[in-house]
Amino acid sequence: MKTHFDLSPADPLTLIAARVHEAQGRGRRAFALFQAARTSGVLIWIMPTHIPELPFLDALPSGVNERLHLFRPTGETDLLWSVEEALRASAVGLVIAEPQQSLSLTAGRRLQLAAEAGQTRGLMLIRNEAGSNAAESRWLCESAPGAGRDSTLQRWSLIKNKKGTIGSWVLDWNGASSAFNMVSEARERYEQAPSPG
Amino acid sequence: MSLADARAICPELATRPADLPSEKAALESLRRWASRYSPMIATEGIDGLVADITGVAHLFGGEEDLRADLDARLARADVNGVTAVAGTRGAAQALVRHGGGIVQDGKLAEGIGHLPVSALRIDHATADALARVGLPRIANLINLPRAPLSRRFGPGLVLRLDQALGVQPESVSAEPEPPHFGVRMTLPEAIGLQSDVMAGLARLLDRLCSKLALHHMGARRVQLELRRVDRATAKVEIGLARPMRDSTRIAALFAKGVDEVDAGFGIDCLRLSATLVEPMPPEQIGGGPTLKTDDALADLLSSVGNRLGFDRVLRMIPADSQIPERSFQLVPAIYSTAEPAGPRKVTRRPITVFSPEMVFDATGQRPGTPPARFRWRRMWFSTLRAQGPERITPEWWFDDPAWRSGMRDYWRVETQEGPRLWLFHTPQSPGWQVAGEFV
Repeated sequence: MKTHFDLSPADPLTLIAARVHEAQGRGRRAFALFQAARTSGVLIWIMPTHIPELPFLDALPSGVNERLHLFRPTGETDLLWSVEEALRASAVGLVIAEPQQSLSLTAGRRLQLAAEAGQTRGLMLIRNEAGSNAAESRWLCESAPGAGRDSTLQRWSLIKNKKGTIGSWVLDWNGASSAFNMVSEARERYEQAPSPG
Repeated sequence: MSLADARAICPELATRPADLPSEKAALESLRRWASRYSPMIATEGIDGLVADITGVAHLFGGEEDLRADLDARLARADVNGVTAVAGTRGAAQALVRHGGGIVQDGKLAEGIGHLPVSALRIDHATADALARVGLPRIANLINLPRAPLSRRFGPGLVLRLDQALGVQPESVSAEPEPPHFGVRMTLPEAIGLQSDVMAGLARLLDRLCSKLALHHMGARRVQLELRRVDRATAKVEIGLARPMRDSTRIAALFAKGVDEVDAGFGIDCLRLSATLVEPMPPEQIGGGPTLKTDDALADLLSSVGNRLGFDRVLRMIPADSQIPERSFQLVPAIYSTAEPAGPRKVTRRPITVFSPEMVFDATGQRPGTPPARFRWRRMWFSTLRAQGPERITPEWWFDDPAWRSGMRDYWRVETQEGPRLWLFHTPQSPGWQVAGEFV
């Protein structure tokens, strides 16, 4: 059966096209910028007016600042409406939004339909456990303390995935470009090590 | 007379600098009003109007009555004006600069003969030279042979004299009216359905857009006025992300506004006007993918901007300042173009910034280092390592209340809990605050 979704993205950190994804955790804005750097096309960041955090222009990954547009609606209804409108626009590559209330199943489903109509990606930066069941995948993003000086370790866990397995990755991404280093993490052995000799 | 001399004579002289642009605008509006007397009316110099009233005067009851009517209306509007009517443009101008009046038909030479030669629009040197040879008035010139006059004083004098006497024709060239981008439709029967209004709007938009295309203009704001049968008026105004004259795309933006209009007992007049237009040269249709992307983005910005307000659809552009909060600006996306940021700074910057928030219960602080343990946003953090300080001093030429606490020493603090925070210390009023978060 041939579907119009790309079921096997090139690497696990790529978001499936024409779907809406979710990210939670303290490092969700970093994750959003990482995805923005990896996506081509216009970027739309929709954040309510009362959110104090603003992306800092000097530190955005290269190539992001010219493409970034900020929408600052006042209410949750306006926010969801503008997310849907942006997802339907074919010129847009990635829509990042910060809804303040938990997404209902209806809202999530509508956003999925809009993303399919416009062939765009959406990434909702949600508060913990405020996502919708309709989301294609959900990421838990935290920044991790590193051993060396000037570390930029990120722990990104895929905690929900409709079309694949979940997983957890630690990577070193310095925020300057879309390049990153995967860090192989030390793990406790489940089985006993074979005794030497 | 110079201003200093005038002040010396009359010390309590009140003076104001001349506002030439608004004087010009006032003269232009006076010209538009005065077109009630004649279709051919033009501005003359910086303070005059000249109208060609050939075949018009009888509509006002003759030249005397026309002039009286004009004088009365000017007086009622508190405009100090002098008016004159004459058979030629030159004669009328000569007369109006010297008191005004009416020159009867066929009596041009008598009518302006008593005026000094300087009334003939000639330069001062020529007027002085004429006065010196004993020709101070126009009447002295009229009967002189033209050839010696022309040889001695140049052809300009003879030309002006002939124009004043009507030997040389001189016409009034009225300036073209600026195009008006407005169309309207009056209906024999009132309508109330939304689909009917949209159908009427589509017809009006077709007419408006073809008018815009004729003048190579595109609309930036379009206003629809709906007049109801009870004379109340509802207005729907939309903005466009860029100059546009595509009727179907503009009509789509009106759908929400028209939906909210209360039709009352019905609408019997629609008026559509482009309140703000910008030049928009014709472009090839069916352009490449870039053009399509631009179009799609402009449509998105228009529709979002019309609902949220165009000041909420923003773009970030770099600004020239060392202060982190002022190193970028949020500007409306539709009135700006994207600018690539300058070369990357050597020092690292946080990916998100916010207005500084105090940290609490800071402990384990040695002089010149960030606290070892602190509380921020109801969470405890312990410092793993810190880099800094980077000292940023306020811009003394710019009074910013947030920077009243003096200079700041910024630190990049990696915490044991994960987040990497941008803390700063204000040595002049000791305290630690968080201003941003790193990747």
